[in-house]
Amino acid sequence: MQNKTIITILLVTLVISCSSTDVPEVTWGWYVIDPRTSQGWNNIIFMLNGFSATIRLSIVAAVFSMMIGLIVVLPGLSENRWIRLPSRIYVEFIRSVPLLPMLLWVFYGFPFLLKSMGVNIPIDPFWGAVITLAISDSAFTAEIYRGGIQSIEKGQTEAAKTVGLNYYQTMSYVILPQALRRILPALANQFIYIVKMSAFAYVIGMQELTKRAFELNSNEYRALEIYTFLIFEYLILVLVISFFVRWLERKLGADQRR
Amino acid sequence: MSKKTFAVEFKNVDKWFDDFQVLKNINLEISVGEKIVICGPSGSGKSTLVRCINNLENHQSGMIKVYGHEVSSKSKKDSKMLTQVGMVFQQFNLFPHLTVKENLLLGPMKALGLSRSDAEERAISLLKRVKIPEQVDKYPSQLSGGQQQRVAIARALCMEPDIMLFDEPTSALDPEMISEVLDVIIDLAKEGITMIVVTHEMGFAKKAADRMIFMDEGRIVETGAPEEFFKKPKTDRCKLFLNQILQH
Repeated sequence: MQNKTIITILLVTLVISCSSTDVPEVTWGWYVIDPRTSQGWNNIIFMLNGFSATIRLSIVAAVFSMMIGLIVVLPGLSENRWIRLPSRIYVEFIRSVPLLPMLLWVFYGFPFLLKSMGVNIPIDPFWGAVITLAISDSAFTAEIYRGGIQSIEKGQTEAAKTVGLNYYQTMSYVILPQALRRILPALANQFIYIVKMSAFAYVIGMQELTKRAFELNSNEYRALEIYTFLIFEYLILVLVISFFVRWLERKLGADQRR
Repeated sequence: MSKKTFAVEFKNVDKWFDDFQVLKNINLEISVGEKIVICGPSGSGKSTLVRCINNLENHQSGMIKVYGHEVSSKSKKDSKMLTQVGMVFQQFNLFPHLTVKENLLLGPMKALGLSRSDAEERAISLLKRVKIPEQVDKYPSQLSGGQQQRVAIARALCMEPDIMLFDEPTSALDPEMISEVLDVIIDLAKEGITMIVVTHEMGFAKKAADRMIFMDEGRIVETGAPEEFFKKPKTDRCKLFLNQILQH
Protein backbone atom coordinates (compact mmCIF):
# COMPACT_ATOMS: atom_id res chain seq x y z
CA MET A 1 0.00 0.00 0.00
CA GLN A 2 2.69 2.44 1.08
CA ASN A 3 5.04 1.26 -1.63
CA LYS A 4 2.44 1.91 -4.25
CA THR A 5 1.99 5.51 -3.13
CA ILE A 6 5.72 6.17 -3.14
CA ILE A 7 6.11 4.75 -6.62
CA THR A 8 3.21 6.81 -7.93
CA ILE A 9 4.67 10.00 -6.49
CA LEU A 10 8.06 9.25 -7.99
CA LEU A 11 6.60 8.58 -11.44
CA VAL A 12 4.53 11.75 -11.41
CA THR A 13 7.56 13.86 -10.39
CA LEU A 14 9.60 12.26 -13.14
CA VAL A 15 7.01 13.01 -15.82
CA ILE A 16 6.61 16.60 -14.66
CA SER A 17 10.33 17.25 -14.47
CA CYS A 18 10.87 15.87 -17.97
CA SER A 19 8.09 17.79 -19.60
CA SER A 20 8.90 21.01 -17.79
CA THR A 21 12.59 21.09 -18.75
CA ASP A 22 13.42 22.06 -22.28
CA VAL A 23 15.40 19.33 -23.96
CA PRO A 24 18.19 21.14 -25.78
CA GLU A 25 18.27 20.40 -29.46
CA VAL A 26 20.93 17.80 -30.18
CA THR A 27 22.82 18.06 -33.41
CA TRP A 28 24.31 14.81 -34.55
CA GLY A 29 27.76 14.96 -35.99
CA TRP A 30 28.26 11.70 -37.80
CA TYR A 31 29.91 13.72 -40.57
CA VAL A 32 33.19 13.44 -38.60
CA ILE A 33 33.36 9.80 -39.61
CA ASP A 34 31.45 9.97 -42.88
CA PRO A 35 33.60 8.19 -45.48
CA ARG A 36 31.88 10.12 -48.29
CA THR A 37 33.49 13.41 -47.28
CA SER A 38 37.23 13.87 -47.44
CA GLN A 39 37.35 15.13 -43.85
CA GLY A 40 35.39 12.12 -42.61
CA TRP A 41 37.54 9.77 -44.62
CA ASN A 42 40.75 11.31 -43.29
CA ASN A 43 39.42 11.02 -39.75
CA ILE A 44 38.60 7.35 -40.25
CA ILE A 45 42.05 6.66 -41.62
CA PHE A 46 43.59 8.57 -38.73
CA MET A 47 41.75 6.41 -36.21
CA LEU A 48 42.27 3.13 -38.04
CA ASN A 49 46.00 3.82 -38.06
CA GLY A 50 45.91 3.23 -34.33
CA PHE A 51 45.30 -0.49 -34.98
CA SER A 52 48.91 -1.11 -35.85
CA ALA A 53 50.19 0.16 -32.49
CA THR A 54 47.44 -1.57 -30.48
CA ILE A 55 48.06 -4.89 -32.19
CA ARG A 56 51.86 -4.69 -31.99
CA LEU A 57 51.67 -3.63 -28.37
CA SER A 58 49.26 -6.43 -27.44
CA ILE A 59 51.13 -9.19 -29.25
CA VAL A 60 54.58 -8.26 -27.97
CA ALA A 61 53.22 -7.78 -24.44
CA ALA A 62 51.41 -11.14 -24.60
CA VAL A 63 54.57 -12.94 -25.74
CA PHE A 64 56.60 -11.38 -22.92
CA SER A 65 53.83 -12.11 -20.46
CA MET A 66 53.82 -15.79 -21.43
CA MET A 67 57.60 -15.98 -21.03
CA ILE A 68 57.67 -14.15 -17.69
CA GLY A 69 54.70 -16.21 -16.49
CA LEU A 70 56.60 -19.42 -17.24
CA ILE A 71 59.74 -18.21 -15.49
CA VAL A 72 57.63 -17.26 -12.48
CA VAL A 73 55.52 -20.42 -12.30
CA LEU A 74 58.23 -23.11 -12.47
CA PRO A 75 59.89 -22.28 -9.14
CA GLY A 76 56.36 -21.80 -7.79
CA LEU A 77 55.71 -25.51 -8.33
CA SER A 78 58.76 -26.63 -6.38
CA GLU A 79 58.37 -28.85 -3.33
CA ASN A 80 60.76 -26.57 -1.46
CA ARG A 81 58.86 -23.69 0.12
CA TRP A 82 61.86 -21.35 0.01
CA ILE A 83 62.06 -21.76 -3.76
CA ARG A 84 58.29 -21.36 -3.99
CA LEU A 85 58.22 -18.17 -1.92
CA PRO A 86 59.61 -15.56 -4.39
CA SER A 87 57.18 -16.79 -7.05
CA ARG A 88 54.28 -16.48 -4.63
CA ILE A 89 55.32 -12.97 -3.57
CA TYR A 90 55.69 -11.86 -7.19
CA VAL A 91 52.22 -13.09 -8.10
CA GLU A 92 50.54 -11.57 -5.07
CA PHE A 93 52.32 -8.23 -5.45
CA ILE A 94 51.89 -7.74 -9.20
CA ARG A 95 48.31 -8.95 -9.10
CA SER A 96 47.44 -6.27 -6.54
CA VAL A 97 48.70 -3.24 -8.49
CA PRO A 98 46.25 -1.79 -11.04
CA LEU A 99 47.64 -1.26 -14.52
CA LEU A 100 47.20 2.50 -14.70
CA PRO A 101 49.24 3.37 -11.59
CA MET A 102 51.86 0.89 -12.74
CA LEU A 103 52.10 2.59 -16.15
CA LEU A 104 52.39 6.01 -14.55
CA TRP A 105 55.08 4.72 -12.22
CA VAL A 106 57.11 3.08 -14.98
CA PHE A 107 56.83 5.97 -17.41
CA TYR A 108 57.04 8.98 -15.12
CA GLY A 109 58.51 7.64 -11.88
CA PHE A 110 61.02 5.03 -12.95
CA PRO A 111 63.20 7.45 -15.03
CA PHE A 112 63.94 9.36 -11.80
CA LEU A 113 65.07 6.14 -10.16
CA LEU A 114 67.29 5.48 -13.17
CA LYS A 115 68.65 9.02 -13.07
CA SER A 116 69.53 8.62 -9.38
CA MET A 117 71.63 5.63 -10.39
CA GLY A 118 73.34 7.70 -13.06
CA VAL A 119 71.47 6.19 -15.99
CA ASN A 120 69.88 8.84 -18.12
CA ILE A 121 67.51 7.25 -20.62
CA PRO A 122 63.95 8.29 -21.28
CA ILE A 123 61.46 5.42 -21.41
CA ASP A 124 60.21 4.78 -24.92
CA PRO A 125 56.38 4.80 -24.84
CA PHE A 126 56.11 1.57 -26.80
CA TRP A 127 58.56 -0.44 -24.70
CA GLY A 128 57.37 1.20 -21.49
CA ALA A 129 53.84 0.07 -22.29
CA VAL A 130 54.96 -3.40 -23.43
CA ILE A 131 56.96 -4.11 -20.29
CA THR A 132 54.30 -2.77 -17.95
CA LEU A 133 51.49 -4.67 -19.66
CA ALA A 134 53.59 -7.83 -19.76
CA ILE A 135 54.56 -7.67 -16.11
CA SER A 136 51.06 -6.78 -14.99
CA ASP A 137 49.62 -9.65 -17.00
CA SER A 138 52.34 -12.18 -16.13
CA ALA A 139 50.94 -12.71 -12.63
CA PHE A 140 47.72 -13.98 -14.20
CA THR A 141 49.52 -15.96 -16.88
CA ALA A 142 51.59 -17.63 -14.16
CA GLU A 143 48.44 -18.68 -12.32
CA ILE A 144 46.95 -20.05 -15.54
CA TYR A 145 50.11 -22.07 -16.19
CA ARG A 146 50.04 -23.40 -12.65
CA GLY A 147 46.51 -24.67 -13.08
CA GLY A 148 47.41 -26.25 -16.41
CA ILE A 149 50.58 -27.95 -15.22
CA GLN A 150 48.97 -29.25 -12.05
CA SER A 151 46.12 -30.71 -14.09
CA ILE A 152 48.50 -33.08 -15.91
CA GLU A 153 48.44 -36.51 -14.26
CA LYS A 154 51.39 -37.40 -12.05
CA GLY A 155 51.88 -40.56 -14.11
CA GLN A 156 53.12 -38.45 -17.02
CA THR A 157 56.03 -37.10 -14.99
CA GLU A 158 56.77 -40.58 -13.67
CA ALA A 159 56.73 -42.11 -17.14
CA ALA A 160 59.04 -39.36 -18.40
CA LYS A 161 61.39 -40.08 -15.52
CA THR A 162 61.48 -43.81 -16.30
CA VAL A 163 62.56 -43.13 -19.89
CA GLY A 164 65.43 -41.05 -18.55
CA LEU A 165 64.18 -37.51 -19.17
CA ASN A 166 65.46 -34.82 -16.82
CA TYR A 167 63.34 -32.01 -15.37
CA TYR A 168 63.67 -29.64 -18.35
CA GLN A 169 63.11 -32.36 -20.93
CA THR A 170 60.05 -33.57 -19.02
CA MET A 171 58.65 -30.04 -18.92
CA SER A 172 59.35 -29.17 -22.53
CA TYR A 173 58.43 -32.44 -24.26
CA VAL A 174 55.79 -33.97 -21.98
CA ILE A 175 54.13 -31.60 -19.52
CA LEU A 176 54.01 -28.18 -21.21
CA PRO A 177 52.75 -29.37 -24.62
CA GLN A 178 49.80 -31.01 -22.87
CA ALA A 179 49.25 -28.19 -20.39
CA LEU A 180 49.31 -25.53 -23.13
CA ARG A 181 46.51 -27.25 -24.99
CA ARG A 182 44.39 -27.33 -21.89
CA ILE A 183 44.97 -23.69 -20.99
CA LEU A 184 44.66 -22.30 -24.50
CA PRO A 185 41.14 -20.91 -23.88
CA ALA A 186 42.29 -19.25 -20.68
CA LEU A 187 45.37 -17.79 -22.37
CA ALA A 188 43.23 -16.48 -25.22
CA ASN A 189 40.97 -14.85 -22.67
CA GLN A 190 44.03 -13.25 -21.14
CA PHE A 191 45.15 -12.01 -24.56
CA ILE A 192 41.82 -10.30 -25.11
CA TYR A 193 42.29 -8.73 -21.69
CA ILE A 194 45.70 -7.40 -22.80
CA VAL A 195 44.21 -5.94 -25.98
CA LYS A 196 41.66 -4.06 -23.93
CA MET A 197 44.15 -3.01 -21.26
CA SER A 198 46.50 -1.66 -23.93
CA ALA A 199 44.09 1.28 -24.18
CA PHE A 200 45.67 2.63 -21.00
CA ALA A 201 48.88 3.20 -22.94
CA TYR A 202 47.27 6.41 -24.24
CA VAL A 203 48.27 8.11 -20.98
CA ILE A 204 51.94 7.73 -21.87
CA GLY A 205 51.41 8.94 -25.40
CA MET A 206 51.35 5.68 -27.37
CA GLN A 207 49.64 6.36 -30.72
CA GLU A 208 47.20 3.46 -30.32
CA LEU A 209 43.45 3.33 -30.94
CA THR A 210 42.34 5.16 -27.82
CA LYS A 211 44.97 7.90 -28.07
CA ARG A 212 44.00 8.53 -31.70
CA ALA A 213 40.32 8.83 -30.83
CA PHE A 214 41.19 11.08 -27.93
CA GLU A 215 43.26 13.38 -30.15
CA LEU A 216 40.65 13.49 -32.86
CA ASN A 217 38.04 14.42 -30.30
CA SER A 218 40.09 17.32 -29.02
CA ASN A 219 39.97 18.79 -32.54
CA GLU A 220 36.43 17.86 -33.48
CA TYR A 221 34.50 17.85 -30.17
CA ARG A 222 32.40 14.93 -31.37
CA ALA A 223 32.79 12.61 -28.38
CA LEU A 224 29.73 10.44 -29.00
CA GLU A 225 30.50 9.68 -32.63
CA ILE A 226 34.25 9.29 -32.21
CA TYR A 227 34.11 7.10 -29.09
CA THR A 228 31.34 4.99 -30.61
CA PHE A 229 33.64 4.37 -33.53
CA LEU A 230 36.44 3.55 -31.05
CA ILE A 231 34.30 0.97 -29.26
CA PHE A 232 33.50 -0.74 -32.54
CA GLU A 233 37.19 -0.85 -33.40
CA TYR A 234 37.88 -2.83 -30.21
CA LEU A 235 34.81 -4.98 -30.73
CA ILE A 236 35.91 -6.03 -34.19
CA LEU A 237 39.49 -6.65 -33.09
CA VAL A 238 38.40 -8.89 -30.20
CA LEU A 239 35.91 -10.78 -32.37
CA VAL A 240 38.64 -11.52 -34.91
CA ILE A 241 40.90 -12.83 -32.13
CA SER A 242 38.12 -15.02 -30.69
CA PHE A 243 37.45 -16.46 -34.11
CA PHE A 244 41.13 -17.24 -34.62
CA VAL A 245 41.40 -18.92 -31.20
CA ARG A 246 38.37 -21.15 -31.87
CA TRP A 247 39.98 -22.24 -35.10
CA LEU A 248 43.28 -22.94 -33.31
CA GLU A 249 41.54 -24.98 -30.60
CA ARG A 250 39.80 -27.14 -33.17
CA LYS A 251 43.06 -27.67 -35.03
CA LEU A 252 44.96 -28.67 -31.89
CA GLY A 253 42.08 -30.72 -30.54
CA ALA A 254 41.85 -32.76 -33.71
CA ASP A 255 45.10 -34.64 -33.26
CA GLN A 256 44.73 -35.41 -29.59
CA ARG A 257 41.21 -36.82 -29.29
CA ARG A 258 41.18 -37.46 -25.58
CA MET B 1 82.97 -65.26 -5.17
CA SER B 2 82.70 -63.65 -1.77
CA LYS B 3 80.54 -60.79 -2.90
CA LYS B 4 78.05 -61.30 -5.67
CA THR B 5 76.50 -58.27 -7.39
CA PHE B 6 72.74 -58.47 -7.30
CA ALA B 7 70.47 -56.78 -9.83
CA VAL B 8 68.51 -55.32 -6.93
CA GLU B 9 69.30 -55.40 -3.26
CA PHE B 10 67.17 -54.14 -0.34
CA LYS B 11 68.77 -53.89 3.12
CA ASN B 12 66.58 -53.04 6.12
CA VAL B 13 64.48 -50.63 4.10
CA ASP B 14 61.78 -48.65 5.87
CA LYS B 15 59.42 -46.18 4.29
CA TRP B 16 56.71 -43.96 5.69
CA PHE B 17 53.97 -41.91 4.11
CA ASP B 18 53.77 -39.26 6.83
CA ASP B 19 53.23 -41.38 9.94
CA PHE B 20 51.98 -44.47 8.13
CA GLN B 21 54.70 -47.05 7.64
CA VAL B 22 54.30 -48.65 4.18
CA LEU B 23 57.51 -50.68 4.11
CA LYS B 24 58.81 -52.41 7.23
CA ASN B 25 62.36 -53.67 7.31
CA ILE B 26 62.49 -55.01 3.78
CA ASN B 27 65.40 -57.32 2.97
CA LEU B 28 65.50 -58.71 -0.52
CA GLU B 29 68.12 -59.80 -3.00
CA ILE B 30 67.27 -60.27 -6.65
CA SER B 31 69.83 -61.93 -8.91
CA VAL B 32 70.58 -60.84 -12.43
CA GLY B 33 68.09 -62.46 -14.80
CA GLU B 34 65.69 -63.52 -12.08
CA LYS B 35 61.92 -63.21 -12.62
CA ILE B 36 60.10 -62.15 -9.48
CA VAL B 37 56.34 -61.97 -9.01
CA ILE B 38 55.07 -59.96 -6.05
CA CYS B 39 51.54 -60.44 -4.81
CA GLY B 40 49.56 -59.48 -1.74
CA PRO B 41 46.43 -57.62 -0.68
CA SER B 42 46.01 -54.00 -1.67
CA GLY B 43 47.80 -51.58 0.59
CA SER B 44 50.44 -54.20 1.41
CA GLY B 45 53.21 -52.03 -0.05
CA LYS B 46 54.01 -54.04 -3.19
CA SER B 47 53.72 -51.09 -5.59
CA THR B 48 55.70 -48.90 -3.24
CA LEU B 49 58.43 -51.54 -3.02
CA VAL B 50 58.76 -51.61 -6.79
CA ARG B 51 58.62 -47.81 -7.11
CA CYS B 52 61.48 -47.46 -4.64
CA ILE B 53 63.76 -49.33 -7.05
CA ASN B 54 63.60 -46.61 -9.69
CA ASN B 55 63.34 -43.76 -7.22
CA LEU B 56 59.73 -42.82 -7.92
CA GLU B 57 59.44 -43.11 -4.14
CA ASN B 58 62.14 -42.28 -1.61
CA HIS B 59 62.80 -44.58 1.29
CA GLN B 60 63.64 -43.12 4.67
CA SER B 61 66.04 -45.66 6.06
CA GLY B 62 68.00 -48.69 4.94
CA MET B 63 69.69 -49.13 1.61
CA ILE B 64 68.60 -50.02 -1.90
CA LYS B 65 71.19 -50.93 -4.51
CA VAL B 66 70.68 -51.43 -8.23
CA TYR B 67 73.62 -53.21 -9.81
CA GLY B 68 75.70 -52.21 -6.81
CA HIS B 69 74.85 -48.49 -7.08
CA GLU B 70 72.94 -47.04 -4.21
CA VAL B 71 69.55 -45.48 -5.01
CA SER B 72 68.92 -42.25 -3.17
CA SER B 73 67.07 -39.04 -3.86
CA LYS B 74 70.24 -37.04 -3.38
CA SER B 75 72.52 -38.61 -5.94
CA LYS B 76 72.82 -36.56 -9.11
CA LYS B 77 73.39 -39.55 -11.33
CA ASP B 78 69.83 -40.72 -10.80
CA SER B 79 68.43 -40.20 -14.26
CA LYS B 80 71.37 -41.89 -15.93
CA MET B 81 71.28 -44.88 -13.63
CA LEU B 82 67.51 -45.16 -13.85
CA THR B 83 67.60 -45.71 -17.59
CA GLN B 84 68.81 -49.19 -16.69
CA VAL B 85 65.43 -49.73 -15.06
CA GLY B 86 62.37 -49.78 -17.30
CA MET B 87 58.88 -49.52 -15.91
CA VAL B 88 55.36 -50.38 -17.04
CA PHE B 89 52.51 -48.76 -15.14
CA GLN B 90 49.00 -49.92 -14.35
CA GLN B 91 47.55 -46.87 -16.15
CA PHE B 92 49.98 -47.16 -19.14
CA ASN B 93 50.97 -43.47 -18.81
CA LEU B 94 51.66 -43.08 -22.52
CA PHE B 95 52.19 -39.50 -23.67
CA PRO B 96 48.77 -38.70 -25.20
CA HIS B 97 49.96 -35.77 -27.35
CA LEU B 98 52.54 -37.91 -29.17
CA THR B 99 52.09 -40.71 -31.68
CA VAL B 100 53.11 -44.26 -30.83
CA LYS B 101 56.40 -43.76 -32.64
CA GLU B 102 57.12 -40.44 -30.94
CA ASN B 103 56.36 -42.05 -27.57
CA LEU B 104 59.07 -44.59 -28.32
CA LEU B 105 61.59 -42.09 -29.70
CA LEU B 106 61.52 -39.57 -26.87
CA GLY B 107 63.68 -41.45 -24.35
CA PRO B 108 66.29 -42.86 -26.74
CA MET B 109 66.77 -39.54 -28.56
CA LYS B 110 66.67 -37.12 -25.62
CA ALA B 111 68.11 -39.21 -22.80
CA LEU B 112 70.40 -41.64 -24.62
CA GLY B 113 71.32 -39.24 -27.44
CA LEU B 114 70.59 -41.68 -30.25
CA SER B 115 70.16 -40.34 -33.78
CA ARG B 116 66.62 -40.31 -35.16
CA SER B 117 67.30 -43.10 -37.63
CA ASP B 118 68.86 -45.38 -34.99
CA ALA B 119 66.05 -44.68 -32.56
CA GLU B 120 63.43 -45.32 -35.25
CA GLU B 121 65.01 -48.60 -36.20
CA ARG B 122 64.92 -49.67 -32.57
CA ALA B 123 61.33 -48.47 -32.14
CA ILE B 124 60.06 -50.34 -35.20
CA SER B 125 61.74 -53.60 -34.22
CA LEU B 126 60.27 -53.37 -30.71
CA LEU B 127 56.79 -52.63 -32.04
CA LYS B 128 57.13 -55.81 -34.08
CA ARG B 129 58.12 -57.66 -30.94
CA VAL B 130 55.00 -56.50 -29.10
CA LYS B 131 53.04 -57.33 -32.28
CA ILE B 132 51.65 -53.90 -33.19
CA PRO B 133 53.94 -52.49 -35.92
CA GLU B 134 50.92 -51.24 -37.87
CA GLN B 135 49.92 -48.77 -35.12
CA VAL B 136 53.10 -46.73 -35.37
CA ASP B 137 51.53 -43.42 -36.45
CA LYS B 138 48.42 -43.56 -34.27
CA TYR B 139 47.81 -41.62 -31.08
CA PRO B 140 47.43 -43.59 -27.82
CA SER B 141 43.75 -42.69 -27.51
CA GLN B 142 43.09 -44.44 -30.82
CA LEU B 143 44.33 -47.77 -29.42
CA SER B 144 42.68 -50.35 -27.19
CA GLY B 145 43.89 -50.74 -23.62
CA GLY B 146 45.83 -53.89 -24.47
CA GLN B 147 47.53 -52.18 -27.39
CA GLN B 148 48.37 -49.17 -25.25
CA GLN B 149 49.97 -51.35 -22.62
CA ARG B 150 52.03 -53.15 -25.29
CA VAL B 151 53.21 -49.76 -26.58
CA ALA B 152 54.14 -48.88 -22.99
CA ILE B 153 56.20 -52.09 -22.78
CA ALA B 154 57.92 -51.24 -26.07
CA ARG B 155 58.59 -47.72 -24.83
CA ALA B 156 60.31 -49.08 -21.73
CA LEU B 157 62.32 -51.61 -23.78
CA CYS B 158 63.51 -48.84 -26.13
CA MET B 159 65.85 -47.73 -23.36
CA GLU B 160 67.43 -51.25 -23.37
CA PRO B 161 67.00 -51.62 -19.62
CA ASP B 162 68.66 -54.34 -17.54
CA ILE B 163 65.69 -54.54 -15.21
CA MET B 164 62.00 -54.29 -16.05
CA LEU B 165 59.43 -53.37 -13.42
CA PHE B 166 55.74 -54.09 -14.01
CA ASP B 167 53.30 -52.47 -11.59
CA GLU B 168 50.00 -54.34 -12.01
CA PRO B 169 50.28 -54.20 -15.81
CA THR B 170 46.93 -55.87 -16.47
CA SER B 171 44.78 -54.46 -13.67
CA ALA B 172 43.32 -51.64 -15.77
CA LEU B 173 42.57 -53.87 -18.78
CA ASP B 174 39.35 -55.43 -19.99
CA PRO B 175 39.46 -59.20 -19.41
CA GLU B 176 39.81 -60.13 -23.08
CA MET B 177 42.93 -57.97 -23.42
CA ILE B 178 44.81 -59.38 -20.46
CA SER B 179 46.26 -62.36 -22.27
CA GLU B 180 47.70 -60.36 -25.19
CA VAL B 181 49.68 -58.30 -22.70
CA LEU B 182 50.71 -61.28 -20.57
CA ASP B 183 51.88 -63.14 -23.70
CA VAL B 184 54.24 -60.28 -24.49
CA ILE B 185 55.57 -60.27 -20.92
CA ILE B 186 56.07 -64.06 -20.98
CA ASP B 187 57.99 -63.78 -24.26
CA LEU B 188 60.13 -61.15 -22.64
CA ALA B 189 60.71 -63.36 -19.60
CA LYS B 190 62.29 -65.99 -21.83
CA GLU B 191 65.12 -63.58 -22.52
CA GLY B 192 67.80 -62.72 -20.00
CA ILE B 193 66.26 -59.57 -18.58
CA THR B 194 65.61 -59.23 -14.84
CA MET B 195 61.90 -58.80 -14.18
CA ILE B 196 59.89 -57.75 -11.15
CA VAL B 197 56.15 -58.01 -11.66
CA VAL B 198 53.43 -56.97 -9.27
CA THR B 199 50.33 -58.89 -10.34
CA HIS B 200 47.41 -61.01 -9.22
CA GLU B 201 47.53 -63.12 -12.39
CA MET B 202 48.52 -66.39 -10.76
CA GLY B 203 48.45 -68.34 -14.03
CA PHE B 204 51.08 -65.99 -15.36
CA ALA B 205 53.08 -66.30 -12.13
CA LYS B 206 53.18 -70.10 -12.43
CA LYS B 207 54.46 -69.84 -16.00
CA ALA B 208 56.98 -67.03 -15.69
CA ALA B 209 58.17 -66.63 -12.12
CA ASP B 210 61.42 -67.96 -10.67
CA ARG B 211 60.41 -66.77 -7.24
CA MET B 212 57.18 -65.60 -5.61
CA ILE B 213 57.02 -62.92 -2.97
CA PHE B 214 53.97 -62.42 -0.79
CA MET B 215 53.59 -59.12 1.03
CA ASP B 216 51.21 -58.02 3.73
CA GLU B 217 51.11 -54.83 5.80
CA GLY B 218 54.45 -53.57 4.52
CA ARG B 219 56.37 -56.80 5.20
CA ILE B 220 57.62 -59.59 3.00
CA VAL B 221 55.70 -62.42 4.62
CA GLU B 222 56.69 -65.33 2.40
CA THR B 223 58.95 -66.07 -0.54
CA GLY B 224 59.46 -69.25 -2.45
CA ALA B 225 59.59 -71.03 -5.80
CA PRO B 226 56.17 -71.04 -7.49
CA GLU B 227 55.58 -74.82 -7.10
CA GLU B 228 55.91 -74.85 -3.32
CA PHE B 229 54.37 -71.41 -2.97
CA PHE B 230 51.11 -72.44 -4.57
CA LYS B 231 50.97 -76.04 -3.29
CA LYS B 232 51.92 -75.59 0.33
CA PRO B 233 52.21 -71.98 1.47
CA LYS B 234 53.98 -71.79 4.82
CA THR B 235 52.03 -68.99 6.47
CA ASP B 236 48.31 -68.83 7.21
CA ARG B 237 48.06 -65.30 5.86
CA CYS B 238 49.41 -66.39 2.51
CA LYS B 239 47.17 -69.49 2.48
CA LEU B 240 44.11 -67.32 3.10
CA PHE B 241 45.11 -64.88 0.38
CA LEU B 242 45.73 -67.60 -2.21
CA ASN B 243 42.43 -69.29 -1.35
CA GLN B 244 40.61 -66.05 -1.88
CA ILE B 245 42.10 -65.18 -5.23
CA LEU B 246 42.16 -68.74 -6.60
CA GLN B 247 38.68 -69.88 -5.56
CA HIS B 248 36.94 -68.80 -8.77
